[in-house]
Amino acid sequence: MTDMSVPAAPASRHTGPEARLRLEKRYASERRFERYGMAALSFAIAALFLLLWTILSNGATAFFQTHIRLEVHFDPATIDPDGKRDPAAFRQANWAAVARAALQEKFPEVRGRLPLRQLDALLSDGAQIELLRMVSADPGLLGQRREVWLLTSSDVDMIQKGHSARDVPEASRRVNDAQLSWLDRLAAEGRLEKRFNTRFFTAADSRQPELVGVWGGVVGSFLTLGMTLLLAFPMGVAAAIYLEEYAPKNRFTDLIEVNINNLAAVPSIVYGLLGLAVFLQFFGMPRSAPIVGGVVLALMSLPIIIIASRAALRSVPPSIREAALGIGASKMQAIFHHILPLAMPGIMTGTIIALAHALGETAPLLMIGMVAFVVDIPAGPLSPSTVLPVQIFMWADNPERGFVEKTSAAIMTLLVFLLLMNAAAIWLRKKFERRW
Amino acid sequence: MNTIFLLCVLLVLSAVGYRMGKASAVGRQNGGTVRLHSLPSYYGYYVALWCGLPALLLVVLWTASSDWIVKSLVVSALPDEIRALPADKLSLVVTDIRNIAAGNIASAAATPAVQAAVDTYLNLAGMARSAMWLVGLAAAMFGLLLARSHVAPSMRARNRVEGIIGAVLIVCSVIAVLTTVGIVLSLVFEAARFFVAIPAADFLFGLTWSPQTAIRADQVGSSGAFGAVPLFTGTLLIATISMLVAVPVGLMSAVYMADYAPARVRSIAKPLLEILAGIPTVVYGFFGALTVAPFVREAGALAGLEVASQSGLAAGLVMGIMIIPFVSSLSDDVINAVPQSMRDASYGLGATRSETIKKVVLPAALPGIAASVILAFSRALGETMIVVMAAGLAANLTANPLNAVTTVTVHIAALLVGDQEFDSPKTLSAFALGLVLFAVTLALNILAMRIVRKYREQYE
Repeated sequence: MTDMSVPAAPASRHTGPEARLRLEKRYASERRFERYGMAALSFAIAALFLLLWTILSNGATAFFQTHIRLEVHFDPATIDPDGKRDPAAFRQANWAAVARAALQEKFPEVRGRLPLRQLDALLSDGAQIELLRMVSADPGLLGQRREVWLLTSSDVDMIQKGHSARDVPEASRRVNDAQLSWLDRLAAEGRLEKRFNTRFFTAADSRQPELVGVWGGVVGSFLTLGMTLLLAFPMGVAAAIYLEEYAPKNRFTDLIEVNINNLAAVPSIVYGLLGLAVFLQFFGMPRSAPIVGGVVLALMSLPIIIIASRAALRSVPPSIREAALGIGASKMQAIFHHILPLAMPGIMTGTIIALAHALGETAPLLMIGMVAFVVDIPAGPLSPSTVLPVQIFMWADNPERGFVEKTSAAIMTLLVFLLLMNAAAIWLRKKFERRW
Repeated sequence: MNTIFLLCVLLVLSAVGYRMGKASAVGRQNGGTVRLHSLPSYYGYYVALWCGLPALLLVVLWTASSDWIVKSLVVSALPDEIRALPADKLSLVVTDIRNIAAGNIASAAATPAVQAAVDTYLNLAGMARSAMWLVGLAAAMFGLLLARSHVAPSMRARNRVEGIIGAVLIVCSVIAVLTTVGIVLSLVFEAARFFVAIPAADFLFGLTWSPQTAIRADQVGSSGAFGAVPLFTGTLLIATISMLVAVPVGLMSAVYMADYAPARVRSIAKPLLEILAGIPTVVYGFFGALTVAPFVREAGALAGLEVASQSGLAAGLVMGIMIIPFVSSLSDDVINAVPQSMRDASYGLGATRSETIKKVVLPAALPGIAASVILAFSRALGETMIVVMAAGLAANLTANPLNAVTTVTVHIAALLVGDQEFDSPKTLSAFALGLVLFAVTLALNILAMRIVRKYREQYE
């Protein structure tokens, strides 16, 4: 036994240096493959962070706006020559002259038409509105002198924030050397400051980047989405109940099913064409109105809501239905009293996600005229308005440098709303999630 | 506002109807000796539905049609010489009448005839408003009294209420079909009007696109060219670039997350991809125009290449990034649907993970992946905001991604933003483009659904 010689193992394909080399190669390819996967995922995530960083770095400064502190003389001779203290007369007054006088007082050495106009250009048109508002609120200011923070023009603001370069030749700057020297003097005296931009959260659109605000877009979006919710939610749930619980299996319900799946994948701009041809042309509904935008977005989100609601209804176990039917409930009672309440969290999650999608939608709303330049906060579902993403689109289209930061800030506002909606959806899902 | 107030009144009336129906059902029990067929609340719902629904339908119909009726009445009351005007002039007069009536600024000073029409208009509009109230309230009251007279202990109230609700459910699910019908009809009708002016063959196979039609007939270049081929090739070019980015990245991310990534990485990466999916396209467009397009141009300049400032490459890249999460989440579902036993069998034979994925999982998941790629492609074709903001309007017939190209969706948006006239081929061409877009994406979606349906059952 012991002296039996072991026969030499036959040369195997799976041992020996050649096999080891092959194995090495296979392992190398394994590692390579894993690295490709990692690289792909990193690329996607890097793109996300680059995008967010672009928005943040461009938009963070928009929440503060450069102001100049000036001693303003509320001269009754300019503001209220009749001495009637009539608010309507205040509106007619030459506020530009009041602001100009304050600037000239600070820089008495500036003479001549052109330099004076350049001095004027430091301040925004919004400064005049600010002064008017002060005096309208408190007519007792007339005749007094006050230190007032006045809004600067966007060009000055861009220089102060470092978005426009100071060290390029004067010809390619929008703020010339004289204006820069005035700004430096103001800064040295502590009369130049970036103050919180409340206007951005209270105003609507404007031609001047320093005067714009997102509130008009936010209200428009709110009205539009409210309309969408009002239409799409009940209809979507009703359709889902019918298709899931009642629909007989026949060609017609098959057609509806295929239809809904297809509608979910139709490009959004096609819904815009539908809205334009049917609601504006055929029914003669008003252009730019949130009501039309809401209807179009409702048609767009309907298939998404139906699909989500059907999934939620399907996930309620049959035992619930059978128990209800067993103690004598009618089919409709079983659905409305037992199945629907249990499916509601899922339905609401789906609805919120569909609405978040609708909130970011731009293309169909361009078709139905929501690109209007609206300087008032929309008053109701029939008044002309724009929505947040369209507002972003319009500002992004504007070549002025000051709009880049405002666009980014508006995007941040939109993303915050989207984040809130998605967080609500996740919270609902976590809170009411049930394992049967 | 008026209508909303009326709707609120109808709602209140229905609530009253509910109370009345319930009370009268209980009241007719005669002290509890007669048994009701249904629960008392069903008698209430019955009366409420009869009170609210017909009135609601009438009010909606009235609101939709009254404007049109008032308009035709006003037009028929206009003097003959105004009515004899061509259709576009006449519609201008009608717009003026409306503007004056609403207290807005009109395009022309009011002539006596127009002033008279304004008075008629205001008169009729006021009448229409009161008539709406009258009709709505009358219908509600009539329905309420009629339904209440039906209420009797033996009435099968539950069955009737359920019948009505069932009908409402069916109507709601038919809306989805009506939407499709509406899309098809609006596209086909307007496109047909376009094809009357421009032959379909010129549109589908023409090589130049410059949709400028003159306002006056004697203007130079009044004809315009509606050859959409440059738009089609531009769309295909940008969509293809985006797929070249999105498919490998999305697919490999999905594979990595399904089979390689540790749980911690997955729990971070998945929500991040979902954020990427949730970012509105207008934000991607801004990102493309502000960051990616200048980057591509400067990178090209470093390499000695001439790159247009709104190149197809930049737009395609951004669109690719947008579609990555779409591809990855769809392929993730498909990859996870491949049964574990198949992987185990492959591992048991000594295959490495990458070999298992390449030789077993991906071939098994191929139909689903193909379907998701087709869906992603269809989405890239229909994407609008990114290309509007990052790709521009130049309709070049080129396959070079460094040139400026444009897409179908860009031109639909460009043609229809702002005021339009609905009788010029320029405006109508947008609907022809929309029809092509709709038909192509529909075909792709159906193809994808077919593939999924055909291969879905294999592993269940």
